[in-house]
Amino acid sequence: MSLTMSSVARFNEVAEDGRRVLQFHGDMTLSKLGVLPTRLDRLKGDGFRIDLSDVGRMDTIGAWLVHRLVRDRGGEVVGASKDSGLLLEQVAKADQPVKVRPDRTPPFQRVLGQIGEATSMAGSSMLGLLGFFGAMLAGLWNLIKHPRRFRVNAVVQRFELVGVHALGIVGLMTFLVGIVIAQQGAVQLRQFGAEVFTVNLIGRSAIKELGVLMTAIMVAGRSGSAFAAQLGSMKLAEEIDAMRTIGVSPMEALVLPRVLATVILMPLLGFYAAVCAMIGGGIFCWIALDIPPVAFVQRIREVVPLTDLWQCLIKAPVFGLIIAMAGCFQGMQVESNAEEVGLRTTTAVVQAIFLVVVLDAFFAVFFTAIGWL
Amino acid sequence: MSGEEEILISVKGLKSAFGEQVVHEGLDLEVRRGEILGVVGGSGTGKSVLMRSVIGLQVPVEGEVQVFGESMLDRDEGELQNVRKRWGILFQGGALFSTLTVAENVQVPLREFYGRLSEKLLDEIAAYKIVMSGLPPEAGPKFPAELSGGMRKRAGIARALALDPELLFLDEPTAGLDPIGAAAFDSLIVELRERLGLTVLLITHDLDTLYAICDRVAVIADRKVIAVGTIPELLALDHEWIQEYFRGPRGRAAEGAVEADADAQSDSGATPPARAEA
Repeated sequence: MSLTMSSVARFNEVAEDGRRVLQFHGDMTLSKLGVLPTRLDRLKGDGFRIDLSDVGRMDTIGAWLVHRLVRDRGGEVVGASKDSGLLLEQVAKADQPVKVRPDRTPPFQRVLGQIGEATSMAGSSMLGLLGFFGAMLAGLWNLIKHPRRFRVNAVVQRFELVGVHALGIVGLMTFLVGIVIAQQGAVQLRQFGAEVFTVNLIGRSAIKELGVLMTAIMVAGRSGSAFAAQLGSMKLAEEIDAMRTIGVSPMEALVLPRVLATVILMPLLGFYAAVCAMIGGGIFCWIALDIPPVAFVQRIREVVPLTDLWQCLIKAPVFGLIIAMAGCFQGMQVESNAEEVGLRTTTAVVQAIFLVVVLDAFFAVFFTAIGWL
Repeated sequence: MSGEEEILISVKGLKSAFGEQVVHEGLDLEVRRGEILGVVGGSGTGKSVLMRSVIGLQVPVEGEVQVFGESMLDRDEGELQNVRKRWGILFQGGALFSTLTVAENVQVPLREFYGRLSEKLLDEIAAYKIVMSGLPPEAGPKFPAELSGGMRKRAGIARALALDPELLFLDEPTAGLDPIGAAAFDSLIVELRERLGLTVLLITHDLDTLYAICDRVAVIADRKVIAVGTIPELLALDHEWIQEYFRGPRGRAAEGAVEADADAQSDSGATPPARAEA
């Protein structure tokens, strides 16, 4: 401890032998700096003599200020204590050109670059997904050749997570959507005195589109994202590398059980969702339109052709495949850090829902073309 | 050092527990101003938990923790800020903020506590701290994800030293560094201690670091600090774990290295010492 009372760092200027001398006082430490840096910046002229004899404590930041003054303006340091001298040497040694900020590109170029990057990313991501599909088929073929390697337990476990745990939320959601469709349809159809056709609207839309689409969106949000996050964090923890070195194929142990479970459960969930939507719509019809449940069911059986159900059951496994594949693929793409897991999870969900909707449009056109109206 | 030593950290009767599992019970520890205290103990003995209790990240079940003479328990945030200004902490994995560059990471504590510093000065401070902690100059604008484990650790040190703290907590600072980097780190700490009067609480398994820079070593076992002292003092104790720790093959190697160092230094002097060793 120095004899100087701890106090704010400051300096005053005196002339000695025709030279400007800066006498520093107080503690030149970060917490005591006050306005010293600004005052030093405003100082005009150069070639000072810097007198540190009255300085109390000094830390590297105080030493840096002195060092900078000498470096930029020239001059000499006198009266530095041993420790201060060593500190000055230390900061002088550390004074190297260091880049602090990343390079900035002009905004226009940056935007162009980002567009290009995003486009190529989207392209390579789709290509990667296709490659992943191929690898998965190869894995499946291997599994068919050696059926004993099939992991029944892993698949059944996924059944529970993908299917059973989703029953509540999927059911509630489609039930409510069924009510909304019935209510909105009834309002419009009432204008033509055709309220009774509300049943057609509910029955056909629920089975053909609503049930399976809403389920796909829910499963993408619940399970697709979970797959991406699980595989992503396993990738980060080098679990997947460890698996490979032990000779376990991640494709067989991780990806296929998840994909199979989703593919098998999507039709079941989709059908269940369609039923829930019809129950919702039916209850609305009963309460608001005075169509009793028996008549509602009777009418549904008359107006909904069996082909609608086939459409639902054909689309569902395909959607399940896409959701599970997008989730697993994005999870396996994680490489560097935890932040990427989050990004990849988001991408998995967006990609899955996008592809599901696009394919749904193709299916609609296709089924119409083959006469399944 | 004067006869009356100032105690910077004092832990009394600390008990920490996670549910049923009691990690510490009746643990006492004192750290004096200006010393480098190493904390050692087997895996799972709660070295990191001790550090977290001292810096207030973990609330103990019982006991008292004082830093700079101020109690760390049941204090409001405002009062704790004054303590936080005076310490720097290096976490095991560096714990850098992943969305900020290395330079910005170093500037975070400076901006938080000393907002009036000019942008230019902040950049300069970040620059020399980066060089001082042994990072290459081009590391400044990089993000933590782009750095290797060792470089992340150095960047963590640069951030811990940003405020020129009086007290430095280091959790496994040399783990994951190459031997050259670890030795450079040891000398950096000693140098800073001499220049700035730094006090260091160091958790480590690196015997070389223990021998090279620690003034005293605290040994944690059986949920408490069973011994504190210089390494020769500890070696004089008849405790199985301590003996095994320091007398094991790795302990002997580290001890040998220190002695060889000392020999080389005294050899260069006038009197070559006669050493009788088996």
